Amino acid sequence: MIKATRLTVAALLLGASALTASAEGFMPANPECIAPANPGGGWDFTCRQVGKSLQDQGLIDKTMQVSNLAGGGGGVAYAEVVNKRNDNNDLIVAASSATATRLAQGAYPGNTKDQVRWLASVGADYGVIAVAANSPITTLPELLEQIKTDPTTISVAGGSAVGGWDHLKVLIAANAYGVEDVRSVKYIAFDGGGEAVTQLLAGSVQAFTGDISEAKGFVDSGDIKVIAVLAPERLGGEFGKFPTAKEQGVDAIGANWRGFYAPGGMSDEAYAGWVEKIGALYASDEWKGIMEANGLAPLDLQGPAFEQFVSDSVAQIESISKEIGIIK
Amino acid sequence: MDLLNSLADGFSIALTWQNLGLALLGCFLGTIMGALPGLGPSNGVAILIPLAFTLGLGATPALILLTSVYYGAMYGGRISSILLNIPGDEPAMMTCLDGYPMARAGQAGQALAISGLASFVGSFLATWGLILLAPQLVKIALLFGPAEYFALFALAFMTLGGVSSTNQAKSAFAAALGLGLAMIGVDTQTGVPRFTFGEVHLYDGIDFLVAIVGLFALSEVFIFLEERHGSASAEGCKMEIGRLTPPWSMIKQCTPTMLRTSGLGFLAGVLPGAGASLGSFISYSMEKRLVDKEGTFGKGDPRGVAAPEAGNNAAAGGALVPMLALGVPGSGTTAVLLAVLLSLNITPGPLLFTQNPDVVWGLIAALFIANFMLLAMNIPMVGLFTRVLLVPPRILMPLVAMVSFVGIYGISGSSFDLLVMIGFGIMGWVLRKLDVPLVPIILGTLLGNAMESNLRRAVTIDNGDWFTLIDSPLSIGLWAVAIVGFVLPLIVGRVVRAKMHERGDAEGSISD
Repeated sequence: MIKATRLTVAALLLGASALTASAEGFMPANPECIAPANPGGGWDFTCRQVGKSLQDQGLIDKTMQVSNLAGGGGGVAYAEVVNKRNDNNDLIVAASSATATRLAQGAYPGNTKDQVRWLASVGADYGVIAVAANSPITTLPELLEQIKTDPTTISVAGGSAVGGWDHLKVLIAANAYGVEDVRSVKYIAFDGGGEAVTQLLAGSVQAFTGDISEAKGFVDSGDIKVIAVLAPERLGGEFGKFPTAKEQGVDAIGANWRGFYAPGGMSDEAYAGWVEKIGALYASDEWKGIMEANGLAPLDLQGPAFEQFVSDSVAQIESISKEIGIIK
Repeated sequence: MDLLNSLADGFSIALTWQNLGLALLGCFLGTIMGALPGLGPSNGVAILIPLAFTLGLGATPALILLTSVYYGAMYGGRISSILLNIPGDEPAMMTCLDGYPMARAGQAGQALAISGLASFVGSFLATWGLILLAPQLVKIALLFGPAEYFALFALAFMTLGGVSSTNQAKSAFAAALGLGLAMIGVDTQTGVPRFTFGEVHLYDGIDFLVAIVGLFALSEVFIFLEERHGSASAEGCKMEIGRLTPPWSMIKQCTPTMLRTSGLGFLAGVLPGAGASLGSFISYSMEKRLVDKEGTFGKGDPRGVAAPEAGNNAAAGGALVPMLALGVPGSGTTAVLLAVLLSLNITPGPLLFTQNPDVVWGLIAALFIANFMLLAMNIPMVGLFTRVLLVPPRILMPLVAMVSFVGIYGISGSSFDLLVMIGFGIMGWVLRKLDVPLVPIILGTLLGNAMESNLRRAVTIDNGDWFTLIDSPLSIGLWAVAIVGFVLPLIVGRVVRAKMHERGDAEGSISD
């Protein structure tokens, strides 16, 4: 009997939340999120976590379908959205700094950032620069000074390809410190942050550039020390002990943001609806918990503000990439 | 005892109903695949990858399933060797030499039982070897910088052509082809796309899973289509199995053989690129030299059955050591398993044991469990598997084709990958016709990028100084082993090849 009552209450609550949600105007009939990579990666996480949270909070009334469309570092999905699904109102696509980097460097052949509508961000992973625990270097200016005087003595390892985001972060820092020719900075690309850290431990390289989430495990084990976080101010919680680059006099910020874009032909009503939904999600306490659990720092940008942000970062990456000769 | 604690943790992970069920399923399917001529462990694992992915298995359960298949196939290969004189997979080739004569003498049951027991001893000891050696290798692994890794990969390629293939030049060709395929995609050291022809699908390079399924599974289907009128298994059904329990005297006689060859096989397995075929071959030839005083080897000596089976199963376990601890596969099948690990977002290597202890120890515990399951399956229930050998290929092959297509589409959802897979299938078919081994291609595709990147990293770190490659004792040692491994088979290989040809090695294109 009690069980039956509970079920009724649950059904009523569910019904009620569905009603309030549909009253908000736009409601995607078949919400879908494309993760432009295989299951398990960052983009896949963004889609699944946001899809689940949106539904949990009644912001969408159907389960978000997550499609994995891997290939070309997101280029396959980008081309698919632009060419085949340009007017789909139910579709959002996971994106990150990597998407902006590749757009800036023309790595999605024939596609530009203006072909889609940028929706909103859901958080950011700030870059860190670290050295081995037993390294004589203890601050970011010391490291950059050594790079400035003799770039051949410092090899910086990172998990992305040359010209990728991990590489650009260290260049942004070097640039801010006043290293004239950033091309002289010796960057060694590894397959993923884990491998790069391993080489830092093995002593093959002298510094590491990556995301805070990649470095966390090794900081906890006492193997590496973070000498700078590329964030505007100190991060919250346990990350608060790391000094920012800014407080050491190097004005460099490197945020690997995560967010979404939507097809370029999406109606204004649907665009506004999605922006509102993701905005509401971002503001919720549940999402704050998820961000904390996954080492994501705040980055609260929606709609036009986010479009402006993406276009600024594409421009910044474009100019650095030209400087180091990745693009002409 | 840290080791025993970790192992106990591993058992607590492996002993769930789901994992036990997967291990049982894997052992069963593996044994069948091993027993079916042509379907070896690498194809078996490759065919089941899509299943593991579509079931949405996590890393540990997926690995448990696939390694059970791997161990199972190593067990199963002997069945058709003994009953039909057709090796179920290449490592089981040496088992034909004494197994089939025993079967003809009405001792098929005893041969199956003693070889099952030998398989068990081999893999049981190898699993202990894995536990004891892998953590040590992890400590050594931190000595590996880019220069040492490059030397290690060179070692893998240089020892590859050795004994495990019939023709060193063809292995070299296959490895070069694989290296070439690995170059496709965006170059990580400069960010420039190579050989992509503006096709965005190729920017990430060729997916090795697609290559493997195409090369092994699909080419099998093509071969079948071509030869569908042949029937090789007619003889098997008339075979008398005989009693399934070997006399104690036979077990006693074989025990020293099994112990020796387990050690030897394990070492062969640990060496990257050597693999189980090498393990079973050296085991057999060493035992023959050591104990064959009366010249009974080759005429149905049980030790001649026990030696290669203990050897190849021990090599299977040994091959997991470099794969888990260094991220370098020790055999074709572990190359496939490595690809699976990478797609599950787990990077094998020095940090695997600290970062994913649940995966490693769960896997090791599962290997023990699978081993006991296989022993139970392979001695009393061997009759069941002998019957599977009679399933006509016209039923089997369409299933293989179906699983390949559904599986690959399920992984990537891209029809482009299906076309690539068909391309690889056709390539595999042509290469098999030319008797070019397929495993070096996979090794080339898998290791090519890592090898190139490490070379360039090493040289960049040392500001363009190429002597950095031979700058540490470790890299000099690796180069020495690589050169010996390359030169020695040129001399010894001649003898070996003569013997292999003697056996009419028809399945030469699939090693391990």
